[in-house]
Amino acid sequence: MLRSTDILKETPSQTAGPYVHIGLMPNSCGIDGVYAGDLGSALVNEKTLGDRITVSGRIFDGADTPVRDAIVEIWQADSAGLYNSPSERRGTADPNFTGWGRSATAAEDGVFRFETIKPGRVPFKDGRMMAPHITLWIVARGINIGLHTRLYFPEEAEANAADPVLLRIEHRARVETMIASRNGNDYTFDIHLQGMSETVFLDI
Amino acid sequence: MSIPSNDKPETGAFFGRDRTWHSPALTPGYKTSVLRAPQRALLSLDGTLSETTGPVFGHGMIGEQDNDLIHNFAKPGESAIGERIVVHGRVLDERGKPVRGALLEFWQANAGGRYRHKKETYLAALDLNFGGCGRAICDDDGHYAFRTVRPGAYPWPNGVNDWRPAHIHFSVFGHGFAQRLITQMYFEGDPMIWKCPIVNTIPDKAAIEQLIAPLDWNNTIPMDARAYRFDIILRGRRSTLFENRLEGN
Repeated sequence: MLRSTDILKETPSQTAGPYVHIGLMPNSCGIDGVYAGDLGSALVNEKTLGDRITVSGRIFDGADTPVRDAIVEIWQADSAGLYNSPSERRGTADPNFTGWGRSATAAEDGVFRFETIKPGRVPFKDGRMMAPHITLWIVARGINIGLHTRLYFPEEAEANAADPVLLRIEHRARVETMIASRNGNDYTFDIHLQGMSETVFLDI
Repeated sequence: MSIPSNDKPETGAFFGRDRTWHSPALTPGYKTSVLRAPQRALLSLDGTLSETTGPVFGHGMIGEQDNDLIHNFAKPGESAIGERIVVHGRVLDERGKPVRGALLEFWQANAGGRYRHKKETYLAALDLNFGGCGRAICDDDGHYAFRTVRPGAYPWPNGVNDWRPAHIHFSVFGHGFAQRLITQMYFEGDPMIWKCPIVNTIPDKAAIEQLIAPLDWNNTIPMDARAYRFDIILRGRRSTLFENRLEGN
């Protein structure tokens, strides 16, 4: 009999449910005093290098209604294109930038918001440079497994046009769903779970 | 105990996710998924640095009572009401390697099945001494443990008479952002597991059983708390043999 090369099976995902804030952002939902602060509430401090930006947006369901009980996490490189992670072997990232943030969509209007910096460029597997981008992960009631996507920057038209990930999108009109809109240093990135403008989600 | 081969952070891409093992996005029996399920195919992407890296959380950020839900919201000298349990296990990757330093965050209803949340409307009583959240970081063997009360089952508006079986929510950070996982743990022997529309979004019975923690008699603390064992498997990654080195890792 052939020896099996099977691996263990990943633990199946389950929805984050309606009360995900209790676990991930307890201070934001009235459970004070258990943790000093909510994880991921600040990516930057006064010493962080790079151009300060804000990223905000809403998540729309298939009835075009903002999802007001989601949590969004972002992960991005620092201004030099380095990740603050042990798996980053190309150099040492800015110690004043975590690269990771977490925001709830507001109960009132569904807006999530991050104060961060514009990331530098990171190479693709074959050495080509990817355009600057931020990775997003979205969980909520009704979402059975977390959704990954990326935010790209509208002023990077040339880099975006050569980005190895964006180039793989067959239906070119959908590329726009991964590009934020800009107003000065404030970027808006709305996510559509369904419909004609459904955001490109990644199987990564 | 440390494992030398694991000392050097790994940089390989993760094995592709077996999406047949997970729930599909659209699961009409769980009604909320209907308008929140993406309808287009996902864009498959072999992991880049943006996915193979991930944030690190140090043991220093964990407070002494973070893994003790019986006491971490309770008034001094008091404790949460309910059946006292210990939940423990290991976080491994698909290759069986311990995921040292993995951050676990958990949340749950109180013993009566009531969450401490402004949107919660169930008539069961709040427990003044129970907040419902905790966290832990895995040791070098991938072990974690926390103490809590067994959560109650509760009804929820989906079908006319749908109930959630007793469960604890888990959020897990491994070493790469592509390993990010949220799931729920259930309790051995609970007949309500198999009636739950959320559990039943998972197509494979063997996958569901991976979410059911057995009673761990040998780790029960006499005259104090029963133990349940919940091991978590995160995605594994290609890291050995002849790695594709175009980018120079």
